Amino acid sequence: MNDLLISLVLILVKLGLILGVVLTMAAYLVLAERKILGRMQLRYGPNRIGPGGMLQPLCDVIKLLTKEDFVPGRADKWIFLFAPGLTALAALLSFAVVPFSPPLALFGREIPMVVCDLNIGLLYIFGLSSLAVYGVVLGGWASNSKYSLLGAMRGLAQLVSYELALGLALVPVVMSAKSFSLNAIVMAQADWPNLLRHPLAFIIFMISITAESKRTPFDMPEAENEIVAGYHTEYSGMRFGLFFVGEYINLVVIGAMTTVFFLGGWHGPFLPPVVWFILKVLFVAFLFIWARGSMPRPRYDQLMHFGWKVLIPLALLNVVVSGAISLAMNS
Amino acid sequence: MNLWRDIKGTLQPFWITLGYLFKKPVTIQYPEEKRTPPPRYRARIVLTRNPDGSERCVACQLCSAACPVNCISMQAAEDADGRRYAAWFRINFSRCIFCGLCTEACPTMAIQTTPDYEICNRDVLKLVHEKDDLLVDGCGKDTEYNFYEHSGIGVVNGRGGNEDEYGPVDPKSLMP
Amino acid sequence: MTTALFYILGIILLAATLMCITRRNPVHAVIYLVAGFFALALMFYLLGAPLVAAWEVIVYAGAIMVLFLFIIMMLGLAPQEVPEGPGWQRWLPLALLSASLMACTLLLILEDPAAGQKVGGFYLAPQALGEALFGRYAMAVEMVSFQLLFATIGAYLLGRPLPKGEDQ
Repeated sequence: MNDLLISLVLILVKLGLILGVVLTMAAYLVLAERKILGRMQLRYGPNRIGPGGMLQPLCDVIKLLTKEDFVPGRADKWIFLFAPGLTALAALLSFAVVPFSPPLALFGREIPMVVCDLNIGLLYIFGLSSLAVYGVVLGGWASNSKYSLLGAMRGLAQLVSYELALGLALVPVVMSAKSFSLNAIVMAQADWPNLLRHPLAFIIFMISITAESKRTPFDMPEAENEIVAGYHTEYSGMRFGLFFVGEYINLVVIGAMTTVFFLGGWHGPFLPPVVWFILKVLFVAFLFIWARGSMPRPRYDQLMHFGWKVLIPLALLNVVVSGAISLAMNS
Repeated sequence: MNLWRDIKGTLQPFWITLGYLFKKPVTIQYPEEKRTPPPRYRARIVLTRNPDGSERCVACQLCSAACPVNCISMQAAEDADGRRYAAWFRINFSRCIFCGLCTEACPTMAIQTTPDYEICNRDVLKLVHEKDDLLVDGCGKDTEYNFYEHSGIGVVNGRGGNEDEYGPVDPKSLMP
Repeated sequence: MTTALFYILGIILLAATLMCITRRNPVHAVIYLVAGFFALALMFYLLGAPLVAAWEVIVYAGAIMVLFLFIIMMLGLAPQEVPEGPGWQRWLPLALLSASLMACTLLLILEDPAAGQKVGGFYLAPQALGEALFGRYAMAVEMVSFQLLFATIGAYLLGRPLPKGEDQ
């Protein structure tokens, strides 16, 4: 019982730590995105509140919390109220299986630096990312507005189709680690990161995770110059804030996923593993912000065409080829 | 090849935005750094004076008529010598669109725009400027011009006595 | 303990499915069905097959129900009128179902802190499942996949644009 209690407390401490770090990171990624995008467009970005705008996230939260929480008249009220939470929740829960450091020896106990090292960790993340669709779809449907509905349908079709390419891109990674566990995947990259071993899979992964997280080159579900704000058109106040925060938590999550699956997790010379992990996550987040500053949005049918007719066949081919290579190497 | 063009078109913007990331932003940090607007900038409207220090405005209502948003109003009055002036003159800057049509309509160059653009106020009533707020010491853009030295009913010189004026015509005579 | 959990999950699953088939609004029905899928996934987990549980969530809750929603939304099947009565009454069953699901999950975790390994005296590792699928039952898997391929080609043939000048 005592043992159980200690492990429970450990899990709670890790949960609190991860929640704190991820939420702070998400809040400051909003600021970083605004500032980096600003600099890319020869502007400064927010720099008024606090030194260099460092208190901007706080003020944004205060603004969102004090705004009116509006529910449209003919909306399906309860679904409308719950949908934003689903998005944020699914994004937050993904962090449970991400290992951010090798096991730590503390007070004579070996503490794994992951909340829960599931042996199906990769599938767990997949399950959550496919559940995150519900927040978008139900929110868009319950708003009872044509723009929300259009955004929700776009988001739904996009997320379902790109999840296939995403899963197929990760098959070579699982093949080389011989496990679904994220810890094992990181361990398998001790000498070579998967980025060098499966470069094509990395490219397919990056493209499909951009579409999966609805980030800018593929942000048709909220295309602000076509359908107002897509699925969260009718949302205001902190419920919009939850969608927004969920999106940036998702950015941290996909940074962590890319790090774990392709960039070798916490492996790295000189610096402590946690620092390497955070640096890699931030680097991936920067890549996504950079892409947002550089790429225009394609048309919706172009996106579906690219996903089904280019990415998925390419990913299948990649699975076959890397499977054949690893078979040949083993025998 | 088409594919090559696509790949190039995908990667090039990244290079360009990365270059911009390290350039100095063109933003002017407003409250700390202020831009000096050109002298003919159309902002706060003032009433100027003649070179001799008297008011230029003759309350002809032309600016008020020209104003597309009807933000200028005034009451005309007359001195004992027939010299017209505005008893009160009011510009509502919460309505003014700074188009400058009033300055083009003004025959005496009294109403003029200045480059002073910082006239925001939280209290809307403080944006209604009366004659005291509008009247400035100085001639503004033209330092020479005095309407009554060129025209008008003998205020400076006698009737027709201005240098570019003829004397009054005798309608009963046919002589030119 | 696990037997009791199994029956509780069965009751939740039945209740969720019953709610699903009695809903007027198809979107609400889908939500209840998803709750049912969660109960089903938990049941698989209880039986020692975490991989199947994950697939249950990914494939059924995450993909198939989402496609159902897509069709419902695209065809505009959901009624637009707002039903009478306070909202919490309509969603009370779902709240109860979700709460009991949560309780079951917690119990499952407390029963076995090592993430539910060897519950029910049987544990199916992902590797073992893969070996069974592509070793012992390889023939069946291949046959099923060919059937899916035929279905795909058939769907493509049905959906292809007609040549010009040709009627139905």
